[in-house]
Amino acid sequence: MPSITALANPTRFMAYSAKLLPWLGGAAAILFAIGFYGAFFAAPADYQQGQTIRIMYVHVPAAWLGMFFYTLMTASAVGALVWRHPLAEVAQKAAAPIGAAFTLVCLLTGALWGRPMWGAYWVWDARLTSMLVLLLIYLAIMALWRTIDEPTQAGRVVSILTLVGFVNIPIIKFSVDWWNTLHQPASVFRMDGPTIHPSMLWPLLVCALAFSLFAIWLHLMAMRTEVMRRRIRTLTILAADRADRAPSALEGLAR
Amino acid sequence: MSAFLALVRRDLALSFRIGGGASFALVFFLMIVTLTPFAIGPDLNLLSRIAPAILWIGAVLATLIGLDRLFQADAEDGTLDVLKAGDLPLEGVVLAKCLAHWLTTGLPLAVAAPLFGLMLAMEPAAMLAAALSLLVGTPALTFIGAVGAGLTASIRRGGVLIAIMALPLMIPTLIFGVAACNAAMGGTVPFATPFAILCALTLAFAVIGTLGAAAGLRQID
Repeated sequence: MPSITALANPTRFMAYSAKLLPWLGGAAAILFAIGFYGAFFAAPADYQQGQTIRIMYVHVPAAWLGMFFYTLMTASAVGALVWRHPLAEVAQKAAAPIGAAFTLVCLLTGALWGRPMWGAYWVWDARLTSMLVLLLIYLAIMALWRTIDEPTQAGRVVSILTLVGFVNIPIIKFSVDWWNTLHQPASVFRMDGPTIHPSMLWPLLVCALAFSLFAIWLHLMAMRTEVMRRRIRTLTILAADRADRAPSALEGLAR
Repeated sequence: MSAFLALVRRDLALSFRIGGGASFALVFFLMIVTLTPFAIGPDLNLLSRIAPAILWIGAVLATLIGLDRLFQADAEDGTLDVLKAGDLPLEGVVLAKCLAHWLTTGLPLAVAAPLFGLMLAMEPAAMLAAALSLLVGTPALTFIGAVGAGLTASIRRGGVLIAIMALPLMIPTLIFGVAACNAAMGGTVPFATPFAILCALTLAFAVIGTLGAAAGLRQID
């Protein structure tokens, strides 16, 4: 097993990730089959929430992955700023849209669950609001990625924003909790299931694992795409440079 | 220290002279305070209840004015390179420019808040609270915006991008700013609690904002 620093070499990363991807994808597919069977057929409906409880098997993994990818981006941002490692930038760039997508899935499934349960698609509950702000920060990071065309400079600038956002997330969480309790005391919007029955727990855990493997598969694919995109960019610039330095060849063609 | 003060003086002079736009933020603030009653109706009871919210939303948006040029103008004409080469650390440069920005946006807003509060039928206690909360809260807004300004200093049309980056991070300041005003109007918590947290936010963002903006400016070649 090669060490993480050896894997951080882009060429080696491409070789190992190519071997790893089918296994990850296959494992995710099998786990999805088991997990969704458990979620949709084996697990009982909740005695209060009825069939809507099954939304949880998608909602909870999405929420966890939405937060996981921000943590991953933060770790990559440190790698990009401290060690100036190009693969850390690539990991960071690939993580942003995936994390944003899972956060959005979390919000949408939450809204679908909220309509029959709370009577409204959206309530300004502290948790919902925190996730919404997380989505906004993801969108800001993606917007910044798209404005700077030089990849290395973009990576460093986005890393700073990612770190500033990471420091802010606990502050935002705390203030949103404060704001919510000030405006509306927690009443019906509490869903603390302290003891979740094992018949519901195992499909949830399998689904969480399946979604996690699927997310890592997506992330590796996105990283590979980004590495190739950067190679194409470098090759294009080199080709343009060569054409620039040898104008006689072009003139010869023109003649 | 003299370099720091000289930089503050220079930025203030630049913003007060022609093309500087030192009064834009205050005028913009007045516009928002004027527009809101047109949108929600002239009900004085309702207005006085939501007046802190209007003032704080106005302050958040008005702070964004001028942020896009905070470092960009200096990056374009080479002043930033001179400042980087100077004895004053880049963090000091950021702090000086943030101070100058706040003196032309946040401070006038806080001073004018009681006057604008009159238009929104605020009670005297609430007016004082609004002015105080804006006075200690708006520096936090400037420092958060400075991070965005530092990161986008080399980007053309960074203005909207700064708003997209900075506004989510301004949410805590907004929450506690309005909470402090509401507490003064007779809430469930004493005024000092949200006010102290607001002070803490300003101090925390003074550190985060200064370091973040300076780190962003270092990435510009």
